[in-house]
Formats: sequence, structure tokens, C-alpha cells
Amino acid sequence: MEVIAKRPESLTKTPFTYCPGCLHGVAHRLIAEAIDEQGLINKMAGVAPVGCSVFAYKFFNFDMAQAAHGRAPAVATGIKRARPDMHVFAYQGDGDLAAIGTAEIVHAANRGEHISVFFVNNAIYGMTGGQMAPTTLPDMKTTTSPYGRKVDDIGYPIRVCELLATLVAPYYIERVSLLSPAEIIKAKKAVSKAIQYNKEGRGFTFIEFVSTCPTNWGFDPVKSRDWARENMLPFYKPGVFRDKGEGVE
Amino acid sequence: MSKILMKGNEAVAEAAIRAGCRLYFAYPITPQSELIEYMAKMMPKVNGTFLQAESEVSAINMVYGAAGAGKRVMTSSSSPGIALKMEGVSYMAGAELPAVIINVQRGGPGLGDIQPSQGDYFQATKGGGHGDYRMIVLAPSSVQEFADMAAEAFDLADKYRNPVMILADGMLGQMMEPVEFKPAKTQEEIDALGNIHNSWCICPNEDGDAKHHHEINSLEIDPSVLEKHVNELYEKYGRIERDEVRFDTYNVSDDNEILCVAWGTASRIVKSAINELTAQGKSVGLIRPITCWPFPYEAVAEAIGPKVRKVYVFELNTGQMLDDVKIAVQGKVPVTFWGKVGGIVFTPAEIKEKLEACF
Amino acid sequence: MTTEMICAGFGGQGVLTIGRFIAQAAMKEGRNVSWLPSYGPEMRGGTANVSTVVSDEPIASPIVSFPDVLVALNQPSVDKFAPSIRKGGVIIINTSMCPHGCKRDDVQKVAAPMSDIAQEIGSQMVLNMLAIGIIIGKTGLIKYETIEEELNSFLKEKNPDLLEKNLTAIKRGIEIGQK
Repeated sequence: MEVIAKRPESLTKTPFTYCPGCLHGVAHRLIAEAIDEQGLINKMAGVAPVGCSVFAYKFFNFDMAQAAHGRAPAVATGIKRARPDMHVFAYQGDGDLAAIGTAEIVHAANRGEHISVFFVNNAIYGMTGGQMAPTTLPDMKTTTSPYGRKVDDIGYPIRVCELLATLVAPYYIERVSLLSPAEIIKAKKAVSKAIQYNKEGRGFTFIEFVSTCPTNWGFDPVKSRDWARENMLPFYKPGVFRDKGEGVE
Repeated sequence: MSKILMKGNEAVAEAAIRAGCRLYFAYPITPQSELIEYMAKMMPKVNGTFLQAESEVSAINMVYGAAGAGKRVMTSSSSPGIALKMEGVSYMAGAELPAVIINVQRGGPGLGDIQPSQGDYFQATKGGGHGDYRMIVLAPSSVQEFADMAAEAFDLADKYRNPVMILADGMLGQMMEPVEFKPAKTQEEIDALGNIHNSWCICPNEDGDAKHHHEINSLEIDPSVLEKHVNELYEKYGRIERDEVRFDTYNVSDDNEILCVAWGTASRIVKSAINELTAQGKSVGLIRPITCWPFPYEAVAEAIGPKVRKVYVFELNTGQMLDDVKIAVQGKVPVTFWGKVGGIVFTPAEIKEKLEACF
Repeated sequence: MTTEMICAGFGGQGVLTIGRFIAQAAMKEGRNVSWLPSYGPEMRGGTANVSTVVSDEPIASPIVSFPDVLVALNQPSVDKFAPSIRKGGVIIINTSMCPHGCKRDDVQKVAAPMSDIAQEIGSQMVLNMLAIGIIIGKTGLIKYETIEEELNSFLKEKNPDLLEKNLTAIKRGIEIGQK
């Protein structure tokens, strides 16, 4: 019998604990598939963040470290420097990466650290109950911006890809979205490229996934994708910000 | 091997490299600058990693990563920087990771000053980070001992899979004394050390069929699982308390009328004062905890001779180890304290005066 | 036998080096030594000082309360440390920079216009070697040969001219110290 779909070897059999409609599982699967395809499972290590994907260390089927809030790029740096023969990625959400971990991500990128960072941006703190994130959109309501994000008071959302693209060292920076099958296929190509570059020791690679949070946004999964398309994508435009392998500087 | 005149900061860095440390992550701060500078200079020469991190917080998390990958790794800082590292220390204790942290203490609180202090005893021994954990704390009192402790700290860290701190101070970091180094570990020995943790650490699958999934983690969301984990840690700490207590005594005898307790730099000053009092026919002993945790409670109690009228604690703080001494003495004799703060180191003359007043 | 010494002066006068060479040489001669500098902002332009202890016994405190020898290269150093010199101890005063001198009469004084002499020899850089010479001449704390060997080892190739000036300064210092 022909197998047309199966669990990637790079995922454990532990069931995901994400909410219905959450796209973390999709992002996990894309990364796992890319690692399988590159044949890296025996030399791979990942770092899980604090946030909804805190249990990522249970889901990926190779050695994993769980990092303190925001510190995943520093932990990944330590692993990579200690085990240069391994391939290392960090997986982070928006609060983890763009608020408490701003220094770590900027400096890991600036060193051109030979790691991949996968950044899931859904404009909200999910695990702690829907608080405002550094990527929360203007006027967007959250439990800590109950009257909407007031940009005069708390500032504008941070566009992380654009921010990191000001640095010289990063090798590959791309923003993709996970809102439809077509976008997911496109995202898979970006993830595969990041993992391939990682395998080849090219340098720092960074993929941002524009994602959703049906639970904390208060929409059903379908509507949350529509909302993201209408509100997130105009502000967080998908695209390649840096790809030294393709001459995109 | 002949003796070399060296600053404590440099000597401990050299000794760490000789002990097989090939990864060092840190952020600059006075008065430990010579340490980070020595590592910057020497690590590339032994194909090691020197990385100046963006902050102390990042540095300790790089240590967490490298320790999670099973390699000998070290960081160093001074008091305010160590405070920033404490989050990582708690995580490492929780995840049971071996690493060495050096604190070249300076005056506090806050930015304080950059002169020698012992103000971080509580921070080091009573849990500077959150949660129910312990860290092994070694306190040197000479440049030679500072250097010797590097290898010992790594061995203890590896043995117990626990962070170990060497608690020095600005004086030990800045002063030069002759130091004699142990032979450096060979590459074969270092390679062997690099694999002793392969049963649990992040490492490649050498054999594709025997795939492993190691988790470096301090998160146990299920209370009953966390309870079990903390109890196991507690059991481990009990073994450390039983087997790893270290202390030194000086002039302790049945004739002692005063027993001094002092650690690190302070103990040296007390020794000088004792020498002068001995010349005057006054009998004063000294017990010096070498491990601040585990604290030598029994040894302190046993050092109290039959004629001892008072236990005198001297520290470069307002009385921190004092609490442990009181626990050890259990009210059997009066415990007195005198200390200097602000980064000012007391002199032998001052200690002598304090002790003379007891006779 | 234990000798406790404090060297003090303006930052840049090389006081730390005086202590360091003495400690280094004494160590080579098989004795116990410690070298404890003042550190921090005062090292530049302010008053720097270093405590050096040389002993046949293991050294307990590296902190010197009552020095046997004080090298004072400027007036603030005299004012700060001279009162604590042990009775019968030695004070070496750089009179070029100590207009008020030292008032104590229960210590042995060696006073010389050290900065001027250093300039005569060729550079303020040899002021510290002059001081070392005086220490050797006055106290015999270390041997001249040990210092010479030490200087040879790192200056002979690199800067023979400076080596010559340094050795001249030490010899001159010894003469002053022996007077």
C-alpha cells in the first residue's frame, strides 16, 4: 500500500496540546518535515520557549532544551557552541521573542549565530490568557489593553523581520503566513530553506510565521484566519527580507 | 612546575582551562575584568569558545545551553551581574545541569562599589534564584586556592549535575600571589569528559537505530511530578551535605579561649591577628568554612574547645554567615559578630583589637 | 622574617610595578609573597598604592596595617601612610614631589629628589626602578641580580636602551639607599 501521508519521524507520538484551530501544530509539522527531508534527525537539537509552545520539547523527536522566558536564542547559542557538529533551532512566540527576549534575538542574529529561529507571531500572549504582545496591532483589544492598544501610550507593534534585516550578519530572513493551504505550502518552502542553510552552516536563519489565536482573539478558527488576513498581513507583510543564498541583501 | 606570580582572576581562568573548560560566556564587570580578558586571550589558543554575551542574563543562558550539551562550561561576574544570572542558576539547578559560576564579589547593594565585599553570602547559599534548590559554594582565601578550586568545582558539578559557585571577592581577584598549576588535562581526557553526560545531555545520535530524545528541562507542570522531582533534588542535596563539607582550621586547640569563624578573604586577616595574639600568649582559634554550602555545622560545633568563652564571627558584610554559625553553635556559647562593609576590608590591627577586648 | 611594604604615588608613577617587581624577585628567591593593589577609578591620576608582603612564613593577611617600608612618591602618599609606619621602619620619600616631607622622627628616612634623578637618567619611566634600587640599597629585601635577570628576560630583546636606563636607575638607587 502506498503511504501518502505519515507522521514525520522528527515528531514524537505525544499528542499536541494546542487549542482547536491553533497553528503551532502546523508550524511544528513543517519544521519536522524539513528536518526529516534533510536527514538531520540524528544531529538536531531544538530549544522550546516559554509560552503556548512551552511543551515543544515533548513534541520534537530529538534532543530538546526548554529555555527560560525569552532566552531561547542564548540557550541555542550555548548548545551550538558546545556541539558545533549538531544543528540547532529555537522556537519562539511573540512575547517571548519580541518583548522579554529582545536582546537575545537581536544579538544572536547580529553574531550571525549558526542557528535557525522560528518565530510564531499571533499578536498576543496565548498561554497566560490573552495579554497584549509587542506585536499586538494598534487598537487591538487584549486583556491588558482592554480599550485597545493605544499607540501613543504603549507604542506601535514591532516588525521583527524588518528589525533584524537592519543587521548585516543574518543569512536568511523571511516572513510567511499559515492562513491557508497555499500559504502553508509556501511556508514549508521557507522552512526547508532555513533548515537546508542550517545544515550547510551558512549562518543565522529566521522565519516568522504570521499566525492566529482563535481562543484569545475570541473567533472561531476560520474567522480568525480571515481576521488575520485582513488585519495582520497588511502590517506584517510576507516576504523575503534577506537571502544571501539567493543574492537578496 | 614552577610558581608564577599571578592575579587571582587570571589564575582561576588558567586553572579552568587546564581543568578542561572549553566554553566560557560572560559579560564585563569590575573587579573581574582580568578573568574575562584572560579567557578572551586564551580560549582561542586551545580551540575553545570565548563569547562576550550581550548581558549577564544571556551569558548564563548560554551556559545553560552548553551545560545541557554536556560540556564543561563556565561564566564569571561580580555581585550585580551575579544577581542577573540567578534566574539561570535556578533553571540549571532544576534541570540538573553542571556548570561553574565565579563571583568576584564587590560592595552592594545596588551598584554599590567595586571594592572587595562578602555581601553575597546569602545570595549564594540561601537561594539567589527562585525555588527550592541548592548550589555548591566554594570560598577560596588565596590565589592558589582560588585556582585549585576551578578543577574541584568542575568535578563537583559533574558529579552531582548541579551548578557550583566559586565565591571570591575583589581582593582575591585583584591580588597577585605565587600559584602553581596542576598539569593541564590532555585532549583525550577532555574528550572523555565531554562525553560523560551523553546518557542524558543534548548530543548527536551516533547510532541511527538507537535514537534518543533527551530533554533539558526544569518544567514539570504536574504537581505530583514536580513534587517527586524536588524531593529527588532534596535527596541529592542531602548526599552533598553528607559528603562534600570542606573546612580548614587554624590554631584550634583545647586552650582556645576564643574561636573565630571567618571565610574567604576575611579569614586571612583574622589569621594575622591570631598570630599576633599567640605571640602574646593568648589562645584564639579559627575555623574557616571552605564550602559555604554545604556549611560545616558539625565542624564548627566540634571546634569549640572546653575553654572557649565566645565564638567571634568576622565577615566583610553585616553578618550573613553569622546565621549559619548560630545554627551550628546552638546557643552553647555566645556568638559575637563584627564586620566591615562598603568594600572596606578590615585590617589585622582592627581584628586584633576586637579580639583583645575579649580577654 | 616578614617585610610589609606600601608603595604609593600618583597613578602613572609606576607604584604598582615597584611592588610587582619586588614580589616577583622575592618569589624567585624562594620566599612567600603577596601583592595587593588599590584598584578602580583612583588608579588614573589619583593616588595609587600597592601593599606587598615578603615573608619566610606563609602570608596570612595581604593587607598591610603598619608597613615596615613605605615608598612615597608624592606628598598625599606621605600624609596618608607615614603615620602608620612601624617604629624604626623605613620611609623612602621622593622630595621632588613632597614639599612638606615627613614629620616623623622615629623612622629611618631616605629622602631624594627621585623624579629629578629619573629625568637625569633619561625618563620618568625609570622612577619606579630608582625606587626599587633604593629599597634594595636600604633594606636588602631582594638581590640586585634577581631584578637584573628579570629585566633582562623581557627587555633585552625588546628594548635594550630602556633596559640600560632601568639598570642605571636601580644602581643609582642602591647607592642612594646605602648612604
